[in-house]
Amino acid sequence: MADGNNVVVGQERYKAGVLEYKKMGYWEPDYEPKETDIIALFRITPQDGVDPVEAAAAVAGESSTATWTVVWTDRLTACDKYRAKAYRVDPVPNAEGQYFAYIAYDLDLFEPGSIANLTASIIGNVFGFKPLKGLRLEDMRLPVAYVKTFQGPATGVVVERERLNCYGRPLLGATVKPKLGLSGRNYGRVVYEALKGGLDFTKDDENINSQPFMHWRDRFLYCMEAVNRASAATGEVKGTYLNVTAGTMEEMYERANFAKELGSVIIMIDLVIGYTAIQSMAKWARDNDMILHLHRAGHSTYTRHKTHGVSFRVIAKWMRLAGVDHIHAGTVVGKLEGDPATTRGYYDFCRDEKTPMNLENGVFFDQDWASLNKMMPVASGGIHAGQMHQLLDLLGEDVVLQFGGGTIGHPQGIQAGATANRVALEAMVFARNSGRDFVNEGPEILAEAAKTCTPLRAALDTWKDVTFNYASTDTPDFAPTPSVSS
Amino acid sequence: MRVTQGAFSFLPDLTDEQIHVQAQHCIDQGYAVSVEYTDDPHPRNTYWEMWGHPMFDNPDAASVVYEVNECRKQHGGKYIRVIAFDATPGWESIRLAFIVNRPAQEPGFRLQREEGPGRTVRYSIHSYAADKPEGARYA
Repeated sequence: MADGNNVVVGQERYKAGVLEYKKMGYWEPDYEPKETDIIALFRITPQDGVDPVEAAAAVAGESSTATWTVVWTDRLTACDKYRAKAYRVDPVPNAEGQYFAYIAYDLDLFEPGSIANLTASIIGNVFGFKPLKGLRLEDMRLPVAYVKTFQGPATGVVVERERLNCYGRPLLGATVKPKLGLSGRNYGRVVYEALKGGLDFTKDDENINSQPFMHWRDRFLYCMEAVNRASAATGEVKGTYLNVTAGTMEEMYERANFAKELGSVIIMIDLVIGYTAIQSMAKWARDNDMILHLHRAGHSTYTRHKTHGVSFRVIAKWMRLAGVDHIHAGTVVGKLEGDPATTRGYYDFCRDEKTPMNLENGVFFDQDWASLNKMMPVASGGIHAGQMHQLLDLLGEDVVLQFGGGTIGHPQGIQAGATANRVALEAMVFARNSGRDFVNEGPEILAEAAKTCTPLRAALDTWKDVTFNYASTDTPDFAPTPSVSS
Repeated sequence: MRVTQGAFSFLPDLTDEQIHVQAQHCIDQGYAVSVEYTDDPHPRNTYWEMWGHPMFDNPDAASVVYEVNECRKQHGGKYIRVIAFDATPGWESIRLAFIVNRPAQEPGFRLQREEGPGRTVRYSIHSYAADKPEGARYA
């Protein structure tokens, strides 16, 4: 696709007027990205009749130094260095009119340690650009030199497990339901029952902040009574994600400090508070020995559709840099969007030391995490004990499995619901470690465990094989193909 | 009450054969398995007493079961756990821990509340067994 795309150089390049982006130097098909470059992979859908290479060059230009017309002041800068370079444009398999554009950015274009700055460039202006019908940021390669400028998860998976004294099995949680309307006293009751019954965590929902029916201090006070009662009753470290999301940073700090004063091991924020607020809370969490849970509230507005927005895998990468410890990353089998391979890609970004390129999972680059702590992915939304074998198989061991309805909706009560989940989980991990084919024998393993656990029997009978089977909208573009050479 | 720390406390107490299977799984993953005991099962009691060093080069879970039983001979009235340590870069911590022995009677914990300003309460968890001097608990 290089015909007619030659860069204009010399005096001609800086004559006042409009020049195609690809001719201004934003298209460089021979460019070899440097080890320290940030690379962004965009899915571009050009308007009819727009050359994909020009579209890619335009994205490179508008997300770095360009404006719509030539400016002579470029010549006061090392403009060749600062121009982002589109260097590869591939048609998307089985998707007419869509192209994958690879764009490289010099590291000096970015402020160290600032997601706000990164996003202001990469997703700042370009998404409204008229020559494109749609634009989606699919993945980014973040060089080690850049990764090292971030704090990363405040606590990380390993230290979280050490603090909780819990190893070798997924953690269990539940979101308190109904998510709105409970008073502080009633809310704490749910927390106590669920934790005493066997869960490790309970959780505020994303929109539980400080409403007329329950102000935040009441919730924190009653929840901590519940957490400590349950801890004393079981000998285990327990926690409840106290959501400190609020209208201002000052208010969030006040709530976080109160959670700390009360001895909570974990607090929570919502993605909607914004990147800078998230980084501030991550710093606070590191300074105060606090685990930081992030609910990805709002993400589906821009992650779900394949032709426009930002893939969640990129959000997951940014959040690992920003420094949260927990992130909701999908359940596959539950009620919310999540193709298995794509979800696997998100989980790998959370937990790997180095994530290798894997197009089948939507992972376009090798990503070295440069010893940043690992994030604990959280699976929440429409899952129950009867799916334990699938959950363990698909999501692995370092994950929080959150059964909200699957705990609180148990016919014998909340404690019984929690116990059912815990027994199902322990039985499944035990079977896996014993070398059993736990995926295929899952239902038998659960039935065996239910012989000595009535609550589990009741859970299995209530939810049987409830599952949410809908086609995913966000799926990988590359299917595995057999090949004789490697 | 039942202290439910560890990965398998919600299952019936493990038999020696089951301990063997789990320990062998850990060994096969390349983890070093060790045995620890305590008479203070406080949720934040990180350092249980070590029954010898982690068995770094041991290929056979039979030795783990043997050490568990040796430990039981001396500390049968206490909590004993098996833990598996993984030295892989980026982890370098425990991968699995499960209780293999517990006292006949588990008295549990008292929740102590110290009332503070406003409605705040400072909580502490107190093991009833730890009221007695070390060595005389659960005897």
